[in-house]
Amino acid sequence: MDRAGLIAFLTAPAFTDIVVLSVWVSLSAALLAALVGIPLGAALAVYRLPGRRPIVIGLHALLGLPPVVVGLSLYLMLSRSGPLGAFGLLFTPAAMVVAQSILALPIVAALTHTAVSDLWAEYGGALQVDGASRLRAIPHLLRVARPRLLTAVLAGFGRTISEVGAILIVGGNIAGYTRTMTTAIVLETSMGDFAFALALGLVLIAVSAGVSIALFGLNARLVNS
Amino acid sequence: MSMPQKLPRLGLVAVLLASTSALAADPGTQSIVLASTTSVENSGLLAHILPLFTKQTGIEVRVLAQGTGQALATASRGDADLVLVHDPEAEQKFIAAGDGVDRRQIAWNDFILVGPRADPARIAGSRDAVAALKAIATAGAPFVSRGDKSGTDALEHRLWRAVGIDPTAGGRASWYHDIGGGMGAALNAAAAMNAYTISDRGTWLSFGNKRDLVVLSEGDPRLLNRYDVILLDPKKHPDAKQQPAHRFADWLTSTQGQAAIGAYRVAGQQLFHPSAATPR
Repeated sequence: MDRAGLIAFLTAPAFTDIVVLSVWVSLSAALLAALVGIPLGAALAVYRLPGRRPIVIGLHALLGLPPVVVGLSLYLMLSRSGPLGAFGLLFTPAAMVVAQSILALPIVAALTHTAVSDLWAEYGGALQVDGASRLRAIPHLLRVARPRLLTAVLAGFGRTISEVGAILIVGGNIAGYTRTMTTAIVLETSMGDFAFALALGLVLIAVSAGVSIALFGLNARLVNS
Repeated sequence: MSMPQKLPRLGLVAVLLASTSALAADPGTQSIVLASTTSVENSGLLAHILPLFTKQTGIEVRVLAQGTGQALATASRGDADLVLVHDPEAEQKFIAAGDGVDRRQIAWNDFILVGPRADPARIAGSRDAVAALKAIATAGAPFVSRGDKSGTDALEHRLWRAVGIDPTAGGRASWYHDIGGGMGAALNAAAAMNAYTISDRGTWLSFGNKRDLVVLSEGDPRLLNRYDVILLDPKKHPDAKQQPAHRFADWLTSTQGQAAIGAYRVAGQQLFHPSAATPR
């Protein structure tokens, strides 16, 4: 593809849709993982729950969860012949969000657990002397741990925005509906349009960095307010 | 942490989640899922004809570009509303298993043998695909196989059976590279390895990385490539959207749909020959 063709494509509405969908899906998945993973990681750090150690070890083991396996398992669940088939979620953006949040959850939860454990070891005694219950100590700990929690969420987002194996399977790479930047890069590479695939890759890196920087900025503003 | 600090973040989450579910629900428009092959999608044919259909009927067609084997498997699980594929044997099995009904041919083109310009197996100009494959095997020249149960893969294995050689038997032959990928991936691999491969003409014409590859053998009647649309049997697949899927199949075989298929060209060449009225 020549330069004019490349520029025409990168400025077309279809391309904008791909970028918007990528960011939407991956950001939603990372935030969903944060909503579940941060409380989970903190609770595991503070409470002496039965079976806590196996759960923590399990979370760390799942850091290397293979996206294609998550994609395939979810595919079989969401398929019309699967147990959750009635919801009709297969080949939709919602299925992609679910897949990616499963992949991001162990990352967010494990990093939160590590951050909060350190703080709990340091301040836990003092907080309890002050009469705070474990439950009431958690918001304080999370507040102190916030820079590290941001890193946890960004690591989760890094996983989701760059992921292709799971969303290719549960999303189907449908043009104009479930095609994201990563699945489009796979497609363009398979069609031998390398210039195009590479241009998309550079846009993906820029967008992913941009979102991370924006989240950083948002966090800084919240700290200062 | 005070509430006002928490609120903007929760608001952001709510907006994101709401918009995601909005994307999933997609109210108002009717849509069907077409499980199809990479050759009709990657060649640009569907991107050319689908907007015409959607404009006329308001029905959006969501295309899954998979190999024929995977497309039929997707449909037999109930995850598509109709299929558009090109492997007569697999299609017959699909119909015999009670998954599909009402098979109609919509277009044809042909498969071609491509390979490096240097042509170490000397097959250039041969119209006999079986003799050409035999020459490649005899020369031990590198050959790339899809190995993905696609329509093209099925044709390749039919041809090897005709040659009387099974290159996958008893520890793969060293010149035979089973890449387990789509047509484009196979062409990329062949271009990189200076290998021979079999391609459908549509993907070949629209492929962007031919490098040293050229068409070496074509014109064998065994290289005919037929595209069929098949609806799902409502008895086995009650969830398939019968009515809009039917409309799409009817449109593909209509004068209008056939004209749209015939009008699609890449670099001045017609990629698909409409054949609903005169199936080959």
